[in-house]
Amino acid sequence: MSALKVIRAGLFDTVQDLGRIGHMALGMPTAGAMDRVGLTLANALAGNPASTAGLEIGVMGPDLLVEAESVRVALAGPLSPALIEGDAPPRPLESDRSHRLKRGQILRVGMIEGSSTAYLAVAGGFAIAPFMGSLSTYARAGIGGFKGRKLAADDLLPLTLDSAPAGDERKLGGPFDYGSGPIRVIWGPQDDYFSEAGRQTFVSAEYTVSKEADRMGIRFEGPTIEHSKGADIISDGIGPGAIQVPGAGLPIVLLGDRQTVGGYSKIATVASVDLPRLGRLLPGRTVRFAAISVEEAEGLRRDQEARLQRAIAGFQLARPAGGIDLTRLYEENLIDGIVYERKAVT
Amino acid sequence: MSVRYLSCGDTAFSVEFGNEISPRINGQVMALHAAVGQARAAGGLGGLVETVPSMRALMVTYDPLATTRAELQPQIDALIARGLAADAVGRKVRIPCCYDGEEFAPDLAEVAERTKKTPEQVIAAHLASPFKVYVLGFMPGLAYIAGLEPSLYLPRRTQPRVRLPRSTVAIAMDMTTIYPFESPGGWHLIGRTPLWMFDQRREQPVFLAPGDSITFERIDRAQHDAIAQKVEAGTLDWAELIKP
Repeated sequence: MSALKVIRAGLFDTVQDLGRIGHMALGMPTAGAMDRVGLTLANALAGNPASTAGLEIGVMGPDLLVEAESVRVALAGPLSPALIEGDAPPRPLESDRSHRLKRGQILRVGMIEGSSTAYLAVAGGFAIAPFMGSLSTYARAGIGGFKGRKLAADDLLPLTLDSAPAGDERKLGGPFDYGSGPIRVIWGPQDDYFSEAGRQTFVSAEYTVSKEADRMGIRFEGPTIEHSKGADIISDGIGPGAIQVPGAGLPIVLLGDRQTVGGYSKIATVASVDLPRLGRLLPGRTVRFAAISVEEAEGLRRDQEARLQRAIAGFQLARPAGGIDLTRLYEENLIDGIVYERKAVT
Repeated sequence: MSVRYLSCGDTAFSVEFGNEISPRINGQVMALHAAVGQARAAGGLGGLVETVPSMRALMVTYDPLATTRAELQPQIDALIARGLAADAVGRKVRIPCCYDGEEFAPDLAEVAERTKKTPEQVIAAHLASPFKVYVLGFMPGLAYIAGLEPSLYLPRRTQPRVRLPRSTVAIAMDMTTIYPFESPGGWHLIGRTPLWMFDQRREQPVFLAPGDSITFERIDRAQHDAIAQKVEAGTLDWAELIKP
């Protein structure tokens, strides 16, 4: 069996696709990639459809030994990966591109800088049977992905392909713009459970990501938000990015591993365009929230999707690991005759 | 019928039928859930992703790259205007339950004392309750089953248990539930079913669905163990427990 063997586990690496969709009525959380943009880019770099499952790296990634003739991997996100071969010192690799790795080589995914998540995709995907139509890991119930849990040392991640498909390596033209400024939100479903002062606090104050931030949600610290009708509601459905405010008055943004229904009033919901940003936030970061309309949010999401497709259409050829980058040789040799090793801009 | 549409971002909205827990309102939620399912099966409601029923609201999720709120909401309105079935017909499900012994029913004596009944009367009231699944949530496959006989209403325990076994049958407020996993819980434990509410090995891992009518059937410890063995081995005929 061709596989990637986990030589050293990262902090919280799970197999994720775009989510286990269609079973919320049965209490099944969707799970799925925290940063849909990052997973889509990794998949596109690997030559996969966007729906393919990849590895979501949480804060620090694993060391993976190639137990296949070869494999094409693609990394997306601010990583500083390295290739380890025999006793030679680790050789830095670029992120935001694909690499063809050979049997016996070890990919050190490494630390993520400035984001909580990054993605690794393998060409052809993992040879893991879907559960309820998805490969997304929901670790709280031990469901989906690789044995329903984060990766551990000695795990063998089975690969669909025995060798990397022919073709060039590709890289992202430039870092994808996730947006900056306030996190855009849409009021509701229960904004009427808050006082006018409470709503104003929410959209004017600065909030800090607390240490309680994981795949289920992010608990923020900052000024408390005043309720007018109380924190409790008759439980109803929780959409992605719902911002619930329990009695203590501090907002919690609910993400992929959120429960399907809940009984706290939800002041607003993060616009889907900004969910990938939320999925990358590290503890200690500060954010502000700004309210927009549903129509604006839908438009922003369509724009983001168009930019994502343009970024994919604009992928450049990249130098295969250890080989020659002909494109760069042509471009740069004509200027100064020397090709410098250059680290990816992150 | 007047409903309120509540925004849940740009990928979902909620159709709220009222602000109380009642069989009538939950019936309307379930009827719209079913009507949406039928419309989709007929090829309609493009861009709608799924619907999530709860006690008094139906959340509709959609793909903002395939449709918009402005396109979808009038279609939902039209479904409601066409008239929802008074009481969507759900499945009738039998759940064998053993109420015997301290291991399976550690809170039975206390529930009896607090409701001024004998343990046998508590069991009889549970067996006679016209239960219906209102909503699933909290964890995959956990059903909030309303319809508990009013004389058994008790608030949740002040001190939740950290760990209780899978398939425990419990009551609190006006509801009963069955724990799909070993988990913490604050309800009163009065029995155990040999059935698993969640079984990864089954094609449909979740046993109960919103709208199901539930009847508990009393079994003794020996019957419990016999059925439990079949569940464990994956040889139980689950269809036998369901009437469409």
